[in-house]
Amino acid sequence: MPQPLNYLKETASQTAGPYVHIGLIPAMAGFDIFEKNFSNVLVTPNTSGERITLEGKVLDGTGSPLRDVLLEIWQANASGRYNHPADRSAAALEEDFRGWGRAGSDFDSGLVTFETIKPGAITDKAGRKCAPHVNVWIVARGINIGLNTRLYFSDEEAANAADPVLNLVEPPVRRKTLVATRSARDGKVVYSFTINLQGLEETVFFDV
Amino acid sequence: MNAQARIPALQDPRLNRPEPFSPPLGDGGFFQRDRSMHPPAHAPGYKSSVLRSPRQALLSLENSISEITGPVFGHNDLGPLDNDLIRNYAKDGDPVGERIIVHGRVLDETGRGVPNTLVEFWQANAGGRYRHKKDTYLAPIDPNFGGCGRALTDDTGYYYFRTVKPGPYPWRNYVNSWRPAHIHFSVFGSGFAQRLITQMYFEGDPLIPVCPILTTIPDKDALDRLVAPLDLNASTPFDSLAYRFDIVLRGQRSTYFENRPEGN
Repeated sequence: MPQPLNYLKETASQTAGPYVHIGLIPAMAGFDIFEKNFSNVLVTPNTSGERITLEGKVLDGTGSPLRDVLLEIWQANASGRYNHPADRSAAALEEDFRGWGRAGSDFDSGLVTFETIKPGAITDKAGRKCAPHVNVWIVARGINIGLNTRLYFSDEEAANAADPVLNLVEPPVRRKTLVATRSARDGKVVYSFTINLQGLEETVFFDV
Repeated sequence: MNAQARIPALQDPRLNRPEPFSPPLGDGGFFQRDRSMHPPAHAPGYKSSVLRSPRQALLSLENSISEITGPVFGHNDLGPLDNDLIRNYAKDGDPVGERIIVHGRVLDETGRGVPNTLVEFWQANAGGRYRHKKDTYLAPIDPNFGGCGRALTDDTGYYYFRTVKPGPYPWRNYVNSWRPAHIHFSVFGSGFAQRLITQMYFEGDPLIPVCPILTTIPDKDALDRLVAPLDLNASTPFDSLAYRFDIVLRGQRSTYFENRPEGN
């Protein structure tokens, strides 16, 4: 017998369940308990960058929106820098932009929204430019382990075409499942997305 | 009882090993997730998973800066009663139920404590009813119990909170499906790829082996690791029992950076 390695095993995931709001967004569950709450608004008046609304739904295998889903996003700032000590890029850090938010879907429509800024392009370890993107994590009743995906931006065609992660997606027709569509509404910039859990248009999910 | 009093961390005999280490040549990525330790997305015994499970293979992504980084939280994000579910929603007295302390460490797969990470928890009350506008179970709402809290781990990865033991409750899967008593946990770690939501169960609960959600986990040992043992040593005499629940997140390789290893 060789020596044992004795690594611990990662704790098993379990579904967040239908009442995930109690713990993570108690106001949506119908009560007020914490002095400070996390939200779907990532920006403050001081945040630099283009204000955008990310808006979309998560659809199940029948095409119906999940009305009890919770999304979290994690993104770089407008300069392309993550607010985390492991990001040592030269891009400017903004201390008061955490780059993270969470949102529950509307109990009737299933709509999920975030108020944020468009992130800048980042440079990967090999020195390649990565197209601006938002990292997304999805949990809900019936989702046994959180799903990781990304949102890219429809007006970044050239950057998307060169993005090392988008280029891993085969067949290429699936790449569009990761791209949010830009539009203007009442003077605001809105990026719309649909996350399909199943079907011909199933979104690309990552094993990160 | 002073709920804020520090409960001493206990030495876990499973962790009686040399200091963790890793070579300073890494890419900073997390250890590959062993999905055989997790429930599959499509687990037909848990019916809700059928329409909500991706059918295409996940695309494996070597960790980039987008996955190695993640949100950082601090004590400024929390309130003083956030880890005391007996007091954080009390209106005119204590909530009904068995008073318990839940404590443990957040570790990574190398056995290192994960410091200063946010742990959030939520649960039903002692009767098995959630304070949620969508929960219609006939057991009553407890006016003095909200059912959620959060804590930041200390420098060693230790966390604790005080609550009442949740009750089991029925749910629509089979006609007579009941959830064992459980507490939901949400944990961040240091990078977004470590993000995890799970549930803690209680030693000796006869509903554990028949739970359609818990039994989605294919590995018996992985399932057992979600069951918190009674920890009499950490109990407070004449006040509260204690349960111990350690949470393990993915390990991480060191980062090679300008001839200087980081993360060790």
